[in-house]
Amino acid sequence: MIKTGNTHSELADKFNRDKKRVEWHDETLWFVRVKRDKAALQIPVWEQLREAASQIKNNVLGNLHNYLVQFEKNAQANGIRIHWAADAKEHNEIVHAIIKKHAINHIIKSKSMLTEECGLNEYLENQGIEVIDTDLGERIVQLAHESPSHIVLPCIHWKKEEIGQLFHQHLGTPHGNADPQFLTAAARTHLREHFLKGRVAITGVNFAVAETGEFVVCTNEGNADLGVQLADVHIACMGIEKIIPQRKHLGVFLRLLARSATGQPITTYSSHFQKPRAGQEMHMVLVDNGRSKRLASDDFRNALKCIRCGACFNTCPVYRRSGGHSYHTAIAGPIGSILAPGFDLKKNSDLPFASTLCGSCTNVCPVKIDIHQQLFKWRQAVVKEGHVDLSKKVVLKFTGFVLSHPLIYKLSGTLGRWVLRNLPVITNTRLNTWYKQREMPPAPKQSFNSWYKQNKRV
Amino acid sequence: MSSREAILSAVKKNQPVESELPELNFPFTSVNLKDTFIRTLTAIGGRVMDVTSWNEIVDNIKATYSTTSQVVNTIQELSADFGSFQRPSNPHDLKEVTVAIMKGDFGVAENGAIWLTDEAMGNQVLPYICEHLVLVINAENIIPTLHEAYERIGNSTYTLGTFLAGPSKTADIEQSLVLGAHGPKSLLVFMITS
Repeated sequence: MIKTGNTHSELADKFNRDKKRVEWHDETLWFVRVKRDKAALQIPVWEQLREAASQIKNNVLGNLHNYLVQFEKNAQANGIRIHWAADAKEHNEIVHAIIKKHAINHIIKSKSMLTEECGLNEYLENQGIEVIDTDLGERIVQLAHESPSHIVLPCIHWKKEEIGQLFHQHLGTPHGNADPQFLTAAARTHLREHFLKGRVAITGVNFAVAETGEFVVCTNEGNADLGVQLADVHIACMGIEKIIPQRKHLGVFLRLLARSATGQPITTYSSHFQKPRAGQEMHMVLVDNGRSKRLASDDFRNALKCIRCGACFNTCPVYRRSGGHSYHTAIAGPIGSILAPGFDLKKNSDLPFASTLCGSCTNVCPVKIDIHQQLFKWRQAVVKEGHVDLSKKVVLKFTGFVLSHPLIYKLSGTLGRWVLRNLPVITNTRLNTWYKQREMPPAPKQSFNSWYKQNKRV
Repeated sequence: MSSREAILSAVKKNQPVESELPELNFPFTSVNLKDTFIRTLTAIGGRVMDVTSWNEIVDNIKATYSTTSQVVNTIQELSADFGSFQRPSNPHDLKEVTVAIMKGDFGVAENGAIWLTDEAMGNQVLPYICEHLVLVINAENIIPTLHEAYERIGNSTYTLGTFLAGPSKTADIEQSLVLGAHGPKSLLVFMITS
């Protein structure tokens, strides 16, 4: 079980204390979802693209072994040094060893959810290496000693006034200045110094192409590019599922990625790294960390198709109203809720329940992951493994009993309607979690069943 | 057993039955490619100028950027006015560049992106470190979508190839769009019809 106070619902409760902020958070993310819809509607073949992307990813999962071997061979022929990491620990050690070899204690890093998953920053800092996140949103949460609350919009939970205050403390901007333009310019100046100092640059990877041994990194800010082009060493960190078969498949994914993420037609930079430049060292760390195990599961394998666009976050009514940190894991939102239980079912047993199962996540997913189905299946796994608390267990057992006995079901309906009409005080209490933030509905006098019997025309 | 062998054997054991790759056949609705390209790139913060001669480009560059700008040019046709780029030994030497001028291979109408490779960049850091980026593309080289783009790229090799779409930008602070995050603050594209 998870420590009391740290479950999704408890953390969401905390986030919900500030009603205005929740509304703002909700609206901001919905705004991004609307932009996604507009962008998608402009592409007549959008649904065919989703289907193609899904099929390409299915093909990848069924042939991952050969694609990995092919990628390694081609990348090595291009001059890229390939490393394999079985888990987070090995990934961190590999990265550290490369940095150590160059006797460096300051590195710059662009966005990589994999390094968040592996806890790389903390690991390197414990080894005395300063890590500077160069994506603006990531730098903001880093200065605040927080983790990103969204995979594409890391500081979506921060208000500009708070960022102004944070920059006033750390970058010396004038007190009270909260103008995004001004603050971005201040961050540009601050980070430019680090770019010019950085001799090792770490990036994530959006796609790696087996056929050509190249990999693609997408950003809007240009931070990944500026970092690696100034540095002597480029380390790219990638989960093994990010492989795609051929270069032409990038056409499908790049048409979908940015439109799904933010509603842009494409990110400002989609950089294809095929070889190290003269005098530069280029490394790639291929990380398993549970992925090969997940590959065996018919129920949960599909989550490996994810291209990390964040569309499922923006559309999710639970994410928008509970905030990324309530998911207590590197990747929040619906996709995080089906990934995290695969890492540690016990520790993340609450996350499959952080959903209304409305299915909107599945409908916006550009690679057609059956997210809400998997949430439901994880719930079953959680219950089967005994990771639900007693009250939920009792309620579910009782509900199961009632629903499987028609006569008792009928009687309890009658009883329920009677109680709601005559003794509402029994239901209007804090013990009834449904009553929290809701009014109980007015109860009809008769059930649908009896109404139908009365009114049906034979 | 090394991690490599362990991972590969686990993947081999656990991967499902292989499924077919789909055919990529996405017809595009016939549009005016040039207009679509200009509209799309303008909407994402770029500026596009339709020109018919190199002289026009020279005049526009001179009119747009201050005379004190440090201009770096990698295009031969413009070397009489803007010099020709000498590859520096250290990319850090380019940190003061105000304006960088280079050729793009082709533009993609649907997303406003321009493909360029290290060959056209002079130095790979140049399109990212300069304050303002100027790209010149041939007006005939505008293609509909990324599918045609990858057909065109084919199996060519490069050190770095990139789709570049607009000036660098961020909306990380309350979703307010700001142009000029870490890379160029502006992008000016000349579409030349000769």
